[in-house]
Amino acid sequence: MAEPATDFTLDTAQVLAEEEHGASIVGRSPWYLAWRRLRRNYIAFIALFVFVVIAVACSLAPIYAHHIAHTAPNATHTEDIVNGKQVLSAPVIGTDAQGNVVVEKAGGVLGPTWWHAHGRFVLGADGLGRDVAVRLLYGGLNSLKIGIGSALICVMVAVLLALLAGFYGGWVDWIITRSFDLIWAFPVLLLAIALGSALSINGFHHFGISISPHSLWIPTLVISYVYVPYVGRPLRGQILSLREKEFIEAAIGQGASPLRIMFSDLLPNVASTALVFFTLIIANNILTEAGLSFLGAGVQPPNPSWGTVIQEGQERIISAPWLTLAPGIAIVLTVLSLNIFGDGLRDALDPRAKVRVEH
Amino acid sequence: MTAFIIRRFLGMIAVLFAVSILVFLIFIIVPGGDPASRIAGKHPTPQNVVNIKKKWGFDKPFYVQYYEMMRKVGTGLLPGNHSQYDVLRSFDDQTNVVHEIKKGMPATFSLTIGAGLIWLFWGVMVGVLSAITAGRWADRMITTVALVGISMPVFWLGIITRYFLAEKPSHPWFPDGGYVPLTASPWEWYKHLILPWFVLAVLFIGFYGRVLRSNILDTINEDYVRTARAKGLTPRRVLAKHVLRNSLIPVVTLFGLDFAAVLGGGAILTETVFELHGVGFYAAERVGALDLPPIMGVTLYGAFFIVLFSAIIDVLYAFLDPRIRPA
Repeated sequence: MAEPATDFTLDTAQVLAEEEHGASIVGRSPWYLAWRRLRRNYIAFIALFVFVVIAVACSLAPIYAHHIAHTAPNATHTEDIVNGKQVLSAPVIGTDAQGNVVVEKAGGVLGPTWWHAHGRFVLGADGLGRDVAVRLLYGGLNSLKIGIGSALICVMVAVLLALLAGFYGGWVDWIITRSFDLIWAFPVLLLAIALGSALSINGFHHFGISISPHSLWIPTLVISYVYVPYVGRPLRGQILSLREKEFIEAAIGQGASPLRIMFSDLLPNVASTALVFFTLIIANNILTEAGLSFLGAGVQPPNPSWGTVIQEGQERIISAPWLTLAPGIAIVLTVLSLNIFGDGLRDALDPRAKVRVEH
Repeated sequence: MTAFIIRRFLGMIAVLFAVSILVFLIFIIVPGGDPASRIAGKHPTPQNVVNIKKKWGFDKPFYVQYYEMMRKVGTGLLPGNHSQYDVLRSFDDQTNVVHEIKKGMPATFSLTIGAGLIWLFWGVMVGVLSAITAGRWADRMITTVALVGISMPVFWLGIITRYFLAEKPSHPWFPDGGYVPLTASPWEWYKHLILPWFVLAVLFIGFYGRVLRSNILDTINEDYVRTARAKGLTPRRVLAKHVLRNSLIPVVTLFGLDFAAVLGGGAILTETVFELHGVGFYAAERVGALDLPPIMGVTLYGAFFIVLFSAIIDVLYAFLDPRIRPA
């Protein structure tokens, strides 16, 4: 190989590369490099696919569920009759109506019909004669709304507080870290239950904000509130160390405003961490929501969510175990796929990062 | 050192004070409405409500109410019988909240200590095994199982294990829920707790295993580990004496805080599912009735354990690691 014409320096690298390989160096952003690493991780993509399928199935439920199952999530069909081929709606007239009543007088409920009743009661009925499959879809919609919504609020608030604390330091930092410590001092679930049950009495009517006790905003806000320090603390630590770097000193020297330093210098540097936190905390929040609703401090009945469906099914576990198994499997699939994708995302964005969500 | 310990425990009291104020705000200010009309029942007479307001002190300013509440928590902790209206009471059946919490403590402590030992042991096992086999199929299998473990709602796992192991089989392996005091029958105590112990531990095992695995893999690349290998130590000795000592530090911190949270009633879901009449069960039972004082009492009780344990952890670290000790 011929000796290169010039010495290798940063300025001549481009020319040298072209001479040697006939190709120019393409500028690659960290996001592109991360995407290249993620692209090779098939397992993460399968997980993302599973999550998207579940999310789409649940979020489109209000559009298609009625046409298939011919019922609403809270509609009761205690007296309907299933005779193997179809479901006859009550009141059933005539004597040829033979088959199984959806909810028997003795308390037994209809098992999964799979597809024999043409889409009705695919996963059976619960104690009030409601279609479990439909409740599962609508419940999933509520669970995902709460999980994603609270993760979004939680990460946004945490990033904002971490930016303020890390950039300004001093008393601003003191107040923010102390209030993190304060929330940290509670068992997470107990604090969430305390807030959830206190708010579900009369809703929230302070500071000009009015939320009704049955609103999904209550579990969403409660869950996002209790997890803020778990995301905010590590982010603040990162920002504190970034704050000492030369590029921030340079920005201050150039006379950049605090807002500009926070949002266009510091924020992009913690964006990948925040993104990974966002994915993992959705999974975590779905689990928390299920626990809260199971105890009655989350989504209020008759509104469905995966947690309330498990709670309703639990009483009949001996005679109708599918009422409990089906929503649980839905939660495990969703949370597992998010956790796998979150792990993949973390490995791709920063192979050495230590982002963890504590339960 | 003494000064550090004193300062740390003074800080603990300050945090507990802030915690009690936050709890007071959550329960007295946030719900809005009139607690007296809730206590009075469905069809109260106005005079009735006024009487209840007076008797429970809801007509006083909020700082007096706060002081009264804390005084009641304090007197409730004293031994002996309490007159009916000098303690923190349930809105629902007017039972003594502190008394009820004390009654739940044996079950909660039994659950926590057993489960804590299980999850610490297996968490370390999972972490070490997956780290030393990193990248091989054993590691993949262990990390996948750990991931499934942390993706399961603990109450759902409890319900289905109880169903498949205690309710469905004609010869059940385990008794079906409930708690038997250790003093009544140690064997029954053990049989009733073994299932809850493992169900509660699953989440923590998966979580600690993952944390420890990544810590060990980080530590293994440190210079001092290479030095230890270079001087000819066996891999086992390097792992036990050099790698694990440092990698276990975050796990010990986590263990202290999680243990405190569960001790403080944080295992509310496991206790509910297995009908262990512990502190968490008591709180869960009252959520349905929206009976605030018991939930308030349990929340305070739980926060107390977390604050206490985090102070203890800090002091322990200062003993163990001179770098952390403040000048």
